[in-house]
Amino acid sequence: MTQLANRSWSDVRPQRRSAIPEGLWMRCPGCAQMVYRRQMEANLHVCPECSHHFRISASERVSQLADPGSFQPMFTELAPGDPLGFRDLKAYSERLLSEQLRTGQTDAALAGVAFVKGRQAMLCCLDLTFMMGSMGSVVGEVVTRSIETATERNLPLVIVSCSGGARMQESGLSLMQMAKTSAALARLDRAGGLFISVLTDPTTGGVTASFAMLGDVILAEPHALIGFAGPRVIQQTIRQELPPGFQRSEFLLTSGIIDRVVSRHDLRSEIARIIDYAGK
Amino acid sequence: MSTFYQLEFERPLTELEQQIAAAEAARREGASPRPVPAFGGVSEAAVAEPPADLDELRTRRDELIVQLYSRLSPWDTVRVARHPNRPQTRDYIARFCRDFCELHGDRRFGDDPAIVTGFGRIGSIKCLIVGHQKGRNTNEKLACHFGCAHPEGYRKALAKMKLAEKFALPIVTLVDTPGAYPGLGAEQRGQAEAIAVNLREMSVLKTPIVSVIIGEGGSGGALGIAVADRVAMLQHAWYSVISPEGCAAILWKQANEQTNKSAASALKLTAADNLELGIIDAVIPEPPGGAHRDPALAASNLERWIVQQLIELRDLNPDVLVEQRYARFRRMGRHEVRA
Ligand SMILES: [Zn+2]
Repeated sequence: MTQLANRSWSDVRPQRRSAIPEGLWMRCPGCAQMVYRRQMEANLHVCPECSHHFRISASERVSQLADPGSFQPMFTELAPGDPLGFRDLKAYSERLLSEQLRTGQTDAALAGVAFVKGRQAMLCCLDLTFMMGSMGSVVGEVVTRSIETATERNLPLVIVSCSGGARMQESGLSLMQMAKTSAALARLDRAGGLFISVLTDPTTGGVTASFAMLGDVILAEPHALIGFAGPRVIQQTIRQELPPGFQRSEFLLTSGIIDRVVSRHDLRSEIARIIDYAGK
Repeated sequence: MSTFYQLEFERPLTELEQQIAAAEAARREGASPRPVPAFGGVSEAAVAEPPADLDELRTRRDELIVQLYSRLSPWDTVRVARHPNRPQTRDYIARFCRDFCELHGDRRFGDDPAIVTGFGRIGSIKCLIVGHQKGRNTNEKLACHFGCAHPEGYRKALAKMKLAEKFALPIVTLVDTPGAYPGLGAEQRGQAEAIAVNLREMSVLKTPIVSVIIGEGGSGGALGIAVADRVAMLQHAWYSVISPEGCAAILWKQANEQTNKSAASALKLTAADNLELGIIDAVIPEPPGGAHRDPALAASNLERWIVQQLIELRDLNPDVLVEQRYARFRRMGRHEVRA
């Protein structure tokens, strides 16, 4: 694969713990073949046999998209509180702490200015490894500040989404992040800014129903689950089997909801040429 | 007022209301002319006198209602918000407007009855009214999907709101939905996109927007018509990122009476909670025992608040209005700053 040459393992190292189980060999959920982990990782976390796109962390995403050494993280001082004193089977504050210790991150978004094939851009990636990439106050704030920075500095904005939706543990405050991020995008839009929204597996709920669906151009990785309601909720509501491929990228493409399905190997060049076409 | 639908926490009321019903029936019989018995023998004394304690029973009932509703648990609140007799958008419109001019359809796919839109006057102020409709009878409920709107509903709402902007009419939205509809067609036609676009576009509409959560404020489906300059909740409405049952099923691994109760408390979904969190600006009081016990009074409380907001917002420069609306949502959320 020639695209491998574009890969960068620079400033942000891949997380030691990722969504992928440890081991030298692993079974690919796409083709059920045993694949050599190192080979799969070297292939941008895509199965060499069947092109199944494995889920990756935000730092891995940044290292794949940004030119080596170009990513300058921002808003890292923002950390979640526990505004509701939320407790389910476990206290939210404890949940946050253990996620922070496990991932080394404060919350589920990583943002900064970077170069993508030489084009400067505001880059913001959600992180599925932290509480399923759910959006609470901090994720909403990081996304909003990313949008505002792109607007102020006239930078193209790239947001890579992967999320279970709004974070229940911050309830109404999480819900309000949908309005906050969308309102910030209205201003970017009116200022003539470019927003490329990249949807990856899975993007659902309040993230989909706000900024993720508001891209000037919406790209999706192959076979990503993308929707408003989760498949299980839909199945329980309509009480019938969901058609094969329902809510996957290719289904959204033929339904007219997204612009392009793009392989992870082509993502950098796709982003670069859209920035060029938009004249940004 | 019909009480066939008994809320669990209203159980202490049942006995009292039965006594009152019996007493009222007796009084009615006593007051009605009685046929002359064919065979005599029944004296005038047999005609029941109205029980002396009817007024007292009613007073006791009213006091008990006030007492019960002053300490509703969050889960009880959710049930009041879902009461089948609770006034819905069309009920309020009927009480507000003599000349409601309903506007149908999204000009794209269809006309979703789960969102009602149209011109009307509230007080004497001309405006565009947008509201979720759950449905009153079985047919209407099914057509409205119990207040769960489809993408075409959100697109209809936005199309009419842009009309309001064009003609400088303020917008009043009434929110009452368990959530946006989760189904095949809804997903295929872009439910998420429809809501997202509403959030973005409502934030820049150059006309005043006033929203009230009148019953259920379920997540994005509620917010999709609630990006407003002023947002209030009726006293016993709920507003949250997810329903208690949905939350319980995920975080407590199962939804049952106990976990629903816990989730309802944890979600801080009551009007008072949302006011505290800065998500809403006001709580509109309901009649004693909830809006369903006195829809006329509920409507007049609601109308008074809406009119007051419309008057306050009326003279603001549209650019200032949009700027203030942005600031309103921009400050939502609570985070910490670490060195
Ligand atoms: Zn494979």
